[in-house]
Amino acid sequence: MELIEAIILAVLAASTPLLIAATGELVTERSGVLNLGVEGMMIVGAACGFAGAWLTGSIFIGALFGIVAGMLMSLVFALMALGLAVNQVATGLALTILGIGLSGLIGAGFVGERITPAAHLYVPGLTDIPLIGRVLFGEDGFVYFSVALIVGVWWFLYRTRAGLILRACGDNHVSAHALGYPVLRIRTFAVMFGGACAGLAGAYLPLAYTPFFIPGMTAGRGWIALALVVFASWRPGRLVVGAYLFGAVTILQLHAQGWGVGIPSQFMSALPYLATVIVLVLLSRARTGGSTAPAALGTVFVPDR
Amino acid sequence: MQAHQRMLDPTPNGLHSGESPLLQTLGLTKRYGDFLANDSIDIDIWPKEIHALLGENGAGKSTLVKAIYGLIQPSAGEIRWQGERIALSGPSEARTRGIGMVFQHFSLFDNLTVAENVALGLDGKESFKDMSARLEQVSKTYGLPLDPRREVWQLSVGERQRIEIVRALMQDPKFLILDEPTAVLTPQEADQLFIVLERLKAEGRAILYISHKLEEVKRLCDTATILRGGKKVDTCNPRLETAPSLARMMVGGEIKEVKAPAGRQTTVPRLVVNDLSLAPSEAHGVRLEHISFELKGGEILGIAGVAGNGQDELFAALSGERLSRDPGTVVIEGIAAGHLSITQRRKLGAAFVPEERLGHGTAPRMKLSENALLTGHAASGMVHHGFIDTAATLKTVDRATETFDVRKAKRDPEAASLSGGNLQKFIVGREILRNPAVLVVSQPTWGVDAGAAAVIRQALLDLATAGAAVLVTSQDLDELAEIADRIAVMFHGRLSAPLARSEATREKLGLLMGGSSLEPKEAAHAVGA
Repeated sequence: MELIEAIILAVLAASTPLLIAATGELVTERSGVLNLGVEGMMIVGAACGFAGAWLTGSIFIGALFGIVAGMLMSLVFALMALGLAVNQVATGLALTILGIGLSGLIGAGFVGERITPAAHLYVPGLTDIPLIGRVLFGEDGFVYFSVALIVGVWWFLYRTRAGLILRACGDNHVSAHALGYPVLRIRTFAVMFGGACAGLAGAYLPLAYTPFFIPGMTAGRGWIALALVVFASWRPGRLVVGAYLFGAVTILQLHAQGWGVGIPSQFMSALPYLATVIVLVLLSRARTGGSTAPAALGTVFVPDR
Repeated sequence: MQAHQRMLDPTPNGLHSGESPLLQTLGLTKRYGDFLANDSIDIDIWPKEIHALLGENGAGKSTLVKAIYGLIQPSAGEIRWQGERIALSGPSEARTRGIGMVFQHFSLFDNLTVAENVALGLDGKESFKDMSARLEQVSKTYGLPLDPRREVWQLSVGERQRIEIVRALMQDPKFLILDEPTAVLTPQEADQLFIVLERLKAEGRAILYISHKLEEVKRLCDTATILRGGKKVDTCNPRLETAPSLARMMVGGEIKEVKAPAGRQTTVPRLVVNDLSLAPSEAHGVRLEHISFELKGGEILGIAGVAGNGQDELFAALSGERLSRDPGTVVIEGIAAGHLSITQRRKLGAAFVPEERLGHGTAPRMKLSENALLTGHAASGMVHHGFIDTAATLKTVDRATETFDVRKAKRDPEAASLSGGNLQKFIVGREILRNPAVLVVSQPTWGVDAGAAAVIRQALLDLATAGAAVLVTSQDLDELAEIADRIAVMFHGRLSAPLARSEATREKLGLLMGGSSLEPKEAAHAVGA
């Protein structure tokens, strides 16, 4: 019983940064921009988030530092890829390289320091319910926020006019421009939202997952988040499935290795990727028609004036 | 500033004053670098008027309407709306003032629903539900039926245009701009559109109608303004003009008439298609179903049809861009070629001219000589032991230039630097100079000026006279009537039985283009005979 509860808690903790980062990237890509710099924005968010929390002693301020850092990184991307119409793939890759270097620089003085990790919710009575109590009522703020975030993004994209305009920009920027929408401004906001989410997802790692900072601690989570967006065919609902599935298989295979299942550990480590790909491919096979990717994704737009 | 002026003016010249034009441009000029896209254009548009804007491609029509709709800012001159000088910040301001626009083909979102597309063109002050209800009501009132819940990619071209028109009408515009609205419609669909336009005119609205179909303009429009090379040439009453006189004003000279040489002989079948069916290669593609026809030497077969009914897929299947499992479906010069590659088909004597000039017909950033090599490497002696014979490629360019009057700045410029008409002359010329036995050409004069179009049509006729089999796909019925011996129609991936030119009336072709069948009548005839 306790083991199952521990596993579920670990799954949620492992999935949350993926979900937050992928949600941001989903919004960015829905506006028609492909920002491959998620990993870079995350790692800078991690370094700045830890620095903020260590300096002020507040997890909340640390998280804000992470958000602002991710946003600033994404602004560099927006300036290049939107303002100067540079190739988005190259810019995104460069952003990741920049981010890894920058985070090492910022975090250098903090390696080996520890902070008190984010507090978990405690509701007397409810949290003590066996099995589900701690899962539902005993998480840290990031987990609750990530759920609210993806629901909010779904509501924004499909239920608000602003969301409709954002999707329109991603589908056909020439049409959106012809109707008088400021395509580049809308995309800049979308990119900044993606940056803020990536920064927060990065900050989650040293603020809640492990209470210290080590260089390169995002360990490829930004790339996973990018892949999840594609496999989820740019839909928020499927993104949730993909993120939690990936987290779940990651944790389960660790436990399986601990129990001594006779399968090579390299294969077990590859399992989360394999499982996520298979499930999301099956999901997207069941689609009803229409193309799934935003049609204008990754294409440069220069309005004529 | 604008708002201020507006308030100070106690008697704005309203819709019904009749004293001042609804919309006026004075010396409107738009400069791109050294290039004058619009050079000091004056145009007056009055209420209850359908005003045609005529001109060849590049004459400056699009630039002018974009400026009127607020999409681009003029470099000089002014726009007056109901007598008052305005400077539009963008299309939404134009819409607020009562200026609507129906774009030719670039303002819908394929993956959004009809209702969402309409919502994006409105200011968003009403709820989505109210808007959907009003959408249904407006589309019913004007006889433009639409299902708000369907996604655009599922709709036909005619239905897509209805969305654009309904979207514009929902803003209750005083002035509506239509950019080549009939270019993609069947004749019957065009007739229905004219009824709607007449009704809008009767309601007191003004319409600016861009077209290059002169007969249509004569029938529909009260006034015509003609642009040439960015300048206004004339304003006239099109009903008092003839189509040739309007064409002369557009072109600025006589257009050579295309002459079909008499006594053309048809010979052996050179291109035969037998029961060709092919699944679409992309999500929104068309499935080809049981297409069969036979094309003899000395003959031109025209394929009409609204765009997107399988013409692109048929071209790909004929050219070898897509292969067929059964070799016998495409027979070139008596040899089963359905499984052969493009190069192998070229070696059999076939040549292909796709619809898209830049990117499909030519590599835009490569020189003409290199582009000549790209289609001529297999069968035109430009490659020796794997090395390019540069002299031979240049010679091809020179011959095409001379024979087809290709105008260019240098001897061997990049393909993208040529104007549409000149590039098309080069591409068609490049293929014809290879003396093909079979030429498959798609939209040979799409977006080409009238002079170049005449040259290209003449070249196709001459090629057929010389004994080649020519297959022309075109949306321009006048073009097909001019050059084709027989005309077949494509609809939903099926090809009708070809009609002889004398039998192929606009009405019959229009019915076929809309998916109706002529068969019962034809069958009755056959029985009677």
